[in-house]
Amino acid sequence: MLGSLFIIQTLNGIQFGVMLFLLAAGLTLVFGIMNFVNMMHGALYMTGAYVAATLYNKTGLFVMSLLLVVPITVAIGAVLERFVFKHLYDRDHLDQVLCTYGFILIFNEMARSFWGPSPYFMGMPDALSDTYEVLGVGYPVYRLVIVAAGLLAAIGAYVLIHQTRFGMLIRAGASDRAMVAGLGVNINLLNTMIFGLGAGLAGLAGALAAPILSVEPGMGETVLILTVVVIVIGGIGSVRGAFYAALIVGLVDTIGRSMLPFVFESFLSSSLAGAAGPAVASMIIYLLMALVLAFRPNGLFPVRGR
Amino acid sequence: MTTMSAPSLNRPALPAFAVWLVVLAAAALVLLPIAARYAETPYYVVLVTRLLIFAVAATALNLVLGFGGMVSFGHSLFMGIGAYSVALCSYFGIGNGWAHLAFAIVVSAFAAMATGAVALRTRGVAFIMITLAFAQMFYFLVISLKEFGGDDGLPISMGSRFGFVDLKNPTTLYYTTFGVLALLIYGSYRLYHARFGLVLRGCMINEDRMRALGFPTTTYKLVAYVLSGCVAGISGLLLANLTMFASPSYASWTVSGDLMIMVVLGGTGTVMGPAFGAFAFLLIEDLLKRFTDHWIGGVGVMIVLIGLLARRGLWGSLPGRPR
Repeated sequence: MLGSLFIIQTLNGIQFGVMLFLLAAGLTLVFGIMNFVNMMHGALYMTGAYVAATLYNKTGLFVMSLLLVVPITVAIGAVLERFVFKHLYDRDHLDQVLCTYGFILIFNEMARSFWGPSPYFMGMPDALSDTYEVLGVGYPVYRLVIVAAGLLAAIGAYVLIHQTRFGMLIRAGASDRAMVAGLGVNINLLNTMIFGLGAGLAGLAGALAAPILSVEPGMGETVLILTVVVIVIGGIGSVRGAFYAALIVGLVDTIGRSMLPFVFESFLSSSLAGAAGPAVASMIIYLLMALVLAFRPNGLFPVRGR
Repeated sequence: MTTMSAPSLNRPALPAFAVWLVVLAAAALVLLPIAARYAETPYYVVLVTRLLIFAVAATALNLVLGFGGMVSFGHSLFMGIGAYSVALCSYFGIGNGWAHLAFAIVVSAFAAMATGAVALRTRGVAFIMITLAFAQMFYFLVISLKEFGGDDGLPISMGSRFGFVDLKNPTTLYYTTFGVLALLIYGSYRLYHARFGLVLRGCMINEDRMRALGFPTTTYKLVAYVLSGCVAGISGLLLANLTMFASPSYASWTVSGDLMIMVVLGGTGTVMGPAFGAFAFLLIEDLLKRFTDHWIGGVGVMIVLIGLLARRGLWGSLPGRPR
């Protein structure tokens, strides 16, 4: 029984990790490459979830609802970048934190006034709510779909960054923005596009998560902090690092939560284990992060040449 | 990485009207509980005590944020520790204020030393995020400790009693908090102009140069971080005495965000600014609450504007560059 639980939790961990990667990839582009502290990344995730849920509940077209979220959140991200955030690139991080923190409150309040304070639910088509046999264990099809979609997005991001001209400019901009601008590249447009791309990935993550989570105001913050942990562990600015770190964090968090109580029970009294298990489990990724940083302050997979 | 706007290191002139402003504000604060008793509006004493407590916390944050350029996004950690020191002591039947205070200071100092030592290995964005993560760690710790209230929080039956000074009395708590704030502001004024403050401010402008001059900059920054954490811990202790309750939400990351806003609104790196910022921010929040149900959105808009426009804050914008 413990074995099948372990398999399920491992799959859940991978699914959660892939989800975190979608968020971390976008955030690391903005964070690590543009050196802009974007606290409202989670708010875009929340927006994605609300938009997908609303579209699906109104139209009943599942795939279309998920896909439409991407252009919508890209547009929101691009507009915010164009009109507000670009004024903050040359300012200190404190101002960037404040501004984007203010937008979190604004987005949460807008969600609360449009959709109400209580959770909003998104259903899914019957075909996706089945279970599928994986390693002798029944596992929800939809979670497998999330893994597949996330991996596709990861491959897409890899190809985009390493094989295209746009990706080349992103990488060049990370090394020396002034030089890229001096070579005649429209760096403002590039910034807007990077920001939009990050927003789109966050929106997609929110849309994918909507059917398995309760969509509610403030849902972006918890996930934002996890995303930040992923980025810090992976090495700021490294998309590859974000991928591995997302899987590590996803697995450690999910397996830690389900397994630690059992582990503690094996050598502690049950009352003590009952108290310590959940406490340590909820902190485990932060402990992991502290451990990583204590030994490798630049993360596990730091960007080379910096 | 973090390019804080560089303040001048020489002693700036404090214009006479700024001195008068402080004297007037202090006089008003001293008289407020008496006026409230005559007007029979005890609510205002509680409201202003809250403002004073957050002024203490914001001034504490300013010690690292404003003087040292360390953007800590995790000062709610220390407020939470302070609040839970009272709650846990009270839970175990200890009502002695000195015990509460010792507990709050020792645990805050220990937490600041441990988290600061790790966080100061990093710069810029990573520092912001790591301080945030450590605060979250504490937040989730208290949420999962069902024994001590979990996410419902822990009511406090025994407030801090320092001999004949019992913080349970609202007026006593008010004047105690006022005294703590006054001492803290005087302390940060002295610190700002002391050699320690100079080194700290030097680190903010050019840490490499300070290190080249032979200063162990990380040690200086860590000491400032621990000091700031302890003072923020005391503000948590006061807050717990005000509400007679310790809630995980005291350690929530939005509290850290609010504290940062107070500092920036008042004037980063100024001695008086953070206290004024705390007053302004909480009063605006209080006003918005009265006018609209969507006050959080209003606060959001205000924060965006502060981030975009408030380059030197309320206090920093007074003519004559007061400190």
